Amino acid sequence: MKRRDSLKALTLSSLGFAAMNPQEALAEAREIESQLPPETPLKIPGGRQKEEAIRDAKLMKEKFFTVSELATIKVLADIIIPADSKSGSASDAGVPAFIEFIVKDMPQHQIPMRGGLKWLDRESSKRFQKTFTLLTPAQRIQIVDDIAYPENAKPIFSQGVAFFNLMRNLTASGFYTTRIGIDDIGYVGNTPNMWAGPPEEVLKQYGFTKD
Amino acid sequence: MFQIKEQPAVFDVCIIGSGAGGGMAAYQLAKAGAKVALLEAGGYFDPADPKYITQLKWPWESPRRGASTTRPFGDFDAAWGGWELEGEPYTHKNGTKFDWFRSRMLGGRTNHWGRISLRFGPNDFKRHSIDGLGDDWPIGYDDVKPYYDQVDKLIGVFGTVENIHNEPDGIFLPPPPPRLHEHFLKKAGKAANIPVIPSRLSILTKPINDQRGVCFYCSQCGRSCQAYADFSSSSVLVIPAVKTGNVTLINNAMAREILTDPNSGLATGVSYVDREKLTEHTIKAKVVVLAASAGESARLLLNSKSSRHEGGLANSSGVVGKYLHDSTGASRSAFLPHLMDRKRYNEDGVGGMHVYTPWWLDNKKLDFPRGYHIEYGGGMGMPSYGFGSGIEGLNGKYPTANGTTKQAGGYGASLKEDYRRFYGAYVGMAGRGEAVPNVNNYCEIDPNVVDKYGIPVLRFNYNWTDYEIKQAKHMHETFEEMIHALGGVALGTKPGADTNYGIAAPGRIIHEVGTVRMGDDKKSSALNKFSQAHDAKNVYVVDGGSFVSQADKNPTWTILALSWRASDHIIEQIKQKNL
Repeated sequence: MKRRDSLKALTLSSLGFAAMNPQEALAEAREIESQLPPETPLKIPGGRQKEEAIRDAKLMKEKFFTVSELATIKVLADIIIPADSKSGSASDAGVPAFIEFIVKDMPQHQIPMRGGLKWLDRESSKRFQKTFTLLTPAQRIQIVDDIAYPENAKPIFSQGVAFFNLMRNLTASGFYTTRIGIDDIGYVGNTPNMWAGPPEEVLKQYGFTKD
Repeated sequence: MFQIKEQPAVFDVCIIGSGAGGGMAAYQLAKAGAKVALLEAGGYFDPADPKYITQLKWPWESPRRGASTTRPFGDFDAAWGGWELEGEPYTHKNGTKFDWFRSRMLGGRTNHWGRISLRFGPNDFKRHSIDGLGDDWPIGYDDVKPYYDQVDKLIGVFGTVENIHNEPDGIFLPPPPPRLHEHFLKKAGKAANIPVIPSRLSILTKPINDQRGVCFYCSQCGRSCQAYADFSSSSVLVIPAVKTGNVTLINNAMAREILTDPNSGLATGVSYVDREKLTEHTIKAKVVVLAASAGESARLLLNSKSSRHEGGLANSSGVVGKYLHDSTGASRSAFLPHLMDRKRYNEDGVGGMHVYTPWWLDNKKLDFPRGYHIEYGGGMGMPSYGFGSGIEGLNGKYPTANGTTKQAGGYGASLKEDYRRFYGAYVGMAGRGEAVPNVNNYCEIDPNVVDKYGIPVLRFNYNWTDYEIKQAKHMHETFEEMIHALGGVALGTKPGADTNYGIAAPGRIIHEVGTVRMGDDKKSSALNKFSQAHDAKNVYVVDGGSFVSQADKNPTWTILALSWRASDHIIEQIKQKNL
């Protein structure tokens, strides 16, 4: 749990305790803790361990993205996965909130996401003198078309392409792991059943027989 | 937790560890009437208790959608612990690598394992006689066969009678029919002349007793089954053992040392620290059974030093910790274009593959000495974190049903269609092979480092040799042969010599064995053929530590059989008043 250790160290040093000897730091920390308002008692969900529940609760409380960053994420996520005749959109499935959580859980995504959003706003300003969310849908798509197709994108957009790939992948993770997304993709398992092999017509379609 | 008044002053047996080996010993010895103290370093776990259940949960019930940030195999996996445990480090020597997976919970790593339950074959006990490398076991298949039979009957395993010499058949429950991609694998195997046969997993496809339910095909054995339909040591062995009234289960008991009598040199008990309260305790016992895992049992023995046992208990030979070996591993996946736009239906099946490839070639005709088996994955699984990732590498390559080829990547309604058409059109294959045990691969006590309980920790030294690396190369050649026969497209690139052909780092396959090996000669082995220490007759090791060699199989079924065999030996020795 090296990463967890470093997170802990981060908390201590951010409180200004890093230079103290450990025992003093502990004593100080306890004092500060006792001065903090009582917290809502930790609820440990079924199947989780206490340390995991503590970490999750802590991450939930933190905020990473700014309001305007989240607004951009929502617009992009819905460009990537819009509503169609079969299912709802990425934001209908709560994708922005998922992305907010996942970058706190996986800090390796933080700089690529924050920097990518910044890249996008700079590009928008250069072309249209406005940030991305203030563009018209057609203007947004003009930029997205330049970064959404990795094999055909111009080299000058390579950073935008890398960001859009990440955004596409996180959006898919966030969308297809919800009820809306699972119904869309057609996964019909995770329920007690009796397995007797693929349906007859499927075997027939591919030229197999039951055995 | 530890109520002294309810316990005998001296237990008949103290067992350290509640995984496959410890669970089986507790079950057999308690059934025979012995008073057993069972120490488990982790917490209590019962897969049927809602407090612990992750089975049948949906991905959105995890904020990270089942990603592996805090648990190495994802949020829903039934393994508490992993490659790193807070406050319990291990170290490495000479710049080598060994990754050590530890589960701290009742039942240990059996709660999440693959349930692949393969017997070792006649050749697997006599490898030295066959290729001159390593050593033969002091026992053969015929010694273990009756125990494999009993394990099959007690625990249950499905499979088919195949009459393959080194893949002995068991007493099998019916196997589940193949999934669609497994039909394709069988067909491809025929074309490539590579056998693909029903897998052998310890999952109940039929009832075997009234204590356990039957598989309901959710594919989630890795989460441990609330119906007790898979083999987890917690549900199948330890909980029934505790029900006999003869087992005192002590959780959060981290064994520190085996205590010995300075005159006789025999074990007198175990000292342990309570992981939560940090209090120190001693258990007295007439017999001590180590089942803490190959690594932890070696560590315990090496940390049990005394004037009678200067190099550690059961270690006058100096072999404890040596000959550490894990299975080799390499993997590849492929895309099956003909499975695009599949019809949807529930194909969860059991937890794991319904077909596999046992070793099928003759090493005399190859440039490496030992074999491997292949495990397969695929199908329309439940989405979790990572779903659809990397679609930009595929969707530009394959035309849609109406013949249009799109640009790679993209967005919008068209991209949504792509996620749908590619769903369930992949297979994965993973080779698991036998390494040649090597005296230079070992764990030992680090002279400078202790864990947070003050217990000296293990330091690993491990290198793959050409034997294993050439085997991994061969695995990749086989994968490509299979993928070609499947009409598939291999994903990623075939690893080359620069990465040792993609061989997994030692420890990654979590089959580590060999550290307290058995043998007839007490100068070159720690245990006799009944898993009993040469140097202290009331000390037994019943985990993978006792293995002379890990076959191209999985170790669990053999751990169970040998633990049962050792338990019978303990009972017999007590009856004969030798213990």
